Amino acid sequence: MLTLSRWKIVLVTFSVIFGILFTLPNLLPQKTLDSFPSWLPQQKLNLGLDLQGGSYLMYEVDTDALRKERLKNLVEDVRTVLRGEQITFGELAEVNGTVRLRIADAAKVDEAASLLRRSVGSPFAGSVSGRDVNVNKRDDQRLELSFVPEAAAQDASMAVDQSIETIRRRIDTLGTKEPNITRQGADRIVIQAAGESDPERLKAVVGKTAKLTFQMVDDSVTPEDIAAGRIPPGSEALPSDDRFQAAYVVRKRALVSGDELVDSRQSFDDRGAPAVSFKFNGAGSRKFGDATARNVGKRFAIVLDGRIISAPTINGAILGGSGIITGSFTAESASDLALLLRSGALPAPLKVEQQNTVGAELGADAVRAGAISTLVAFITIVVFMILSYGLLFGGISVIALIINGMLIVAAMSLTQATLTLPGIAGLILTLAVAVDANVLIYERMRDEARAGKSPIMAADAGFSRAMTTIIDANVTTLVAAGIMFAFGAGPVRGFAWTLSIGVFTSVFTSVLVSQLLIGWWFRAARPKKLPI
Amino acid sequence: MSAPMAWPLIKLLPQKTNLTFVKFARLMALISATLVVASLIGVFKPGLNLGIDFKGGSVMEVSTAPRAVDLTKVRSTLEAQGLGDVQVQAFGSPDRALVRFQTPAGGDPGVTLTNVKTALKQSLGDPVQFINPSAVGPKVSGELFRSGVLALVLAVGLMFLYIWFRFEPQFGLGAVAGLLHDLILTFGFIVLFKIEFSLNTVAALLTVIGYSMNDTVVVFDRLRENLRKYKKMPLKDVIDLSINEIVSRTIITGVTAIMALTGLAIFGGDALFGFSVVMIFGIAVGTYSSIYVGAPIILLWGVKRGEEEATPIKLGEASRP
Repeated sequence: MLTLSRWKIVLVTFSVIFGILFTLPNLLPQKTLDSFPSWLPQQKLNLGLDLQGGSYLMYEVDTDALRKERLKNLVEDVRTVLRGEQITFGELAEVNGTVRLRIADAAKVDEAASLLRRSVGSPFAGSVSGRDVNVNKRDDQRLELSFVPEAAAQDASMAVDQSIETIRRRIDTLGTKEPNITRQGADRIVIQAAGESDPERLKAVVGKTAKLTFQMVDDSVTPEDIAAGRIPPGSEALPSDDRFQAAYVVRKRALVSGDELVDSRQSFDDRGAPAVSFKFNGAGSRKFGDATARNVGKRFAIVLDGRIISAPTINGAILGGSGIITGSFTAESASDLALLLRSGALPAPLKVEQQNTVGAELGADAVRAGAISTLVAFITIVVFMILSYGLLFGGISVIALIINGMLIVAAMSLTQATLTLPGIAGLILTLAVAVDANVLIYERMRDEARAGKSPIMAADAGFSRAMTTIIDANVTTLVAAGIMFAFGAGPVRGFAWTLSIGVFTSVFTSVLVSQLLIGWWFRAARPKKLPI
Repeated sequence: MSAPMAWPLIKLLPQKTNLTFVKFARLMALISATLVVASLIGVFKPGLNLGIDFKGGSVMEVSTAPRAVDLTKVRSTLEAQGLGDVQVQAFGSPDRALVRFQTPAGGDPGVTLTNVKTALKQSLGDPVQFINPSAVGPKVSGELFRSGVLALVLAVGLMFLYIWFRFEPQFGLGAVAGLLHDLILTFGFIVLFKIEFSLNTVAALLTVIGYSMNDTVVVFDRLRENLRKYKKMPLKDVIDLSINEIVSRTIITGVTAIMALTGLAIFGGDALFGFSVVMIFGIAVGTYSSIYVGAPIILLWGVKRGEEEATPIKLGEASRP
């Protein structure tokens, strides 16, 4: 075992060089680093939010609300389509995730079904009908419409992707430095913003659905009807923020929606009050122009996230696709609304499921505490090992330990794995357990020497016989770390990752590096006795 | 071999220890069993002090430095918000308070936190600061708790399988008994000292499992080797011999790990104190259990003494009987 095979020397030399190269960026100031040629490694340890300070927000996309919204639209589509063909129907309602209705004329059931099959829902390649809505005939002239399950799942998934895009656009305009926005699981979005120690501003911008619609006010309903809850099908009562009326009844079907906006800015109305101006795309302009031309003298409502901002009267056709939203705005709220409209609506509401914040100052404190504890642990181990095994053998295990620490830092910088506060604990534990391999080897050597073996034989046996134990012991640690990585969240994962890297580097260094050093010493000193 | 030492080495233990561990096994088993039962009772009553990771809700520090925090006002403001289970306590200096509360059922934890902050800002006046506000929804906390428990169960299960394959079933059983012993006692420790049970604590427990296993494996490894070497020796004596042979290593490694973690406990700040203390305790218990729980169980169960793989190892002039 103590023969210095060439590949061992090469491997150890190579890894030491690798260790120095990839650890170095962490020790040098950024300025020196910038002046280095680009082929040199420049990546530093990636500190977790608990060490750097920052905000962590986990949102859940409310896919149930999305489904409800789609069902609501489906009901309105059915109503419009059947009325257009003058097919009379009744009992149109949403029941348990399906839309049901009854066709009045028995002879027209088939016609209605095929009409609906052709015209409601959207094209969907994965279904038999080619659309994402199934229309089924039930007895007693009833029809039942439901979404194809795969289409619903795809919708939800797309909603999450689209939300991520929208959030990214919104956060970019805030100027937060390098926010990390990731999808987690089926319906969750995680936002990590380093250095952002006040998540309130982030939440205010990210969390708003910002769904804008223009809907006609239903003037056929009197205030008494509203009070009595008599609202005709196809209309709904919405709360209002304007100063004239607390609620309006509006047609459920939107004239135009915010999806068709191309731009929106903060501006002022003709009396100098803050307002939001907007501009539609081509299709939106046409729809808005047509609708306003047909409804001169009537009122329409500007609805944001289920609340009416204002309900102006249409004085004439609004052509050209641009307009202005007035309401009780301040300059700030107008500019926020403009930003939200510009970045587009979230397809479904978001709910904060988890929020963590660490102040930058506290992060710096944690780094300091971590560094001090690591240093204390290191010194303790050094003193202890030298006292236990002498300057030579103790010293060799200390050198192995230093290389080990360097390799861990290098590996973590290279893989850009996140170092967390518990990760530092993992590092310290790794250092402590790394000496275990040396202890096992040295204790074996002592045993063998005591049993009367020659120094070289004892040293050799020390390495070879301790090996199985070392492997067994480290595999168990690796199993524990693997489980932590699979089931842990956030800081626990960082801990597990540090621990796993540590297992590999510590076996490597405590076995190979110390073997090499002891081998060299044997060649140079040719000892008669083991000084251990 | 009585070599004069070239360096002033400290020998922790005499080179040759002849401690009779097995003799005390019965007594130790009794003590261990009592502690295990006490810990198990403790876990159910008074129970674990769950952190917001697992319980859900919000926690933050409120600071009105340089003024002292008006705790009564903070409490009344929070109670006016209609939250469940509000806790307000002084934290460190008089200008700081630690605030915890549950999000009302069905509420958005983020929105609740924002509302509470706004309300506190109004009632406490300037300057008021909110330090490290965190919120976890009930859904996420439930998932985190389940996955935490699952991780612990899986860790124990996988360790058992590993030992089973590497050694023999008896060893696997002994190892798992030792593992459960350590795990349960550590839970008892967490309950006794009211250490917050959070994600970090689970990581500490998994580390304890890893360490305890590591230690047991080293003892078992030596035991297996000696079982092959001294085929005629009574099992009791082989166990004693093996533990004696390994005891200085066990103590050196255990003490090193504990010393290193003590540094972390002292200098790591509040965030890591509970975490490091749990690991220190677990390592101490893990070291104890590999001697007094794992090995005696093998004694109890008996072990096949190998006709198989009978390769006597010549050790020259043996220093042991």
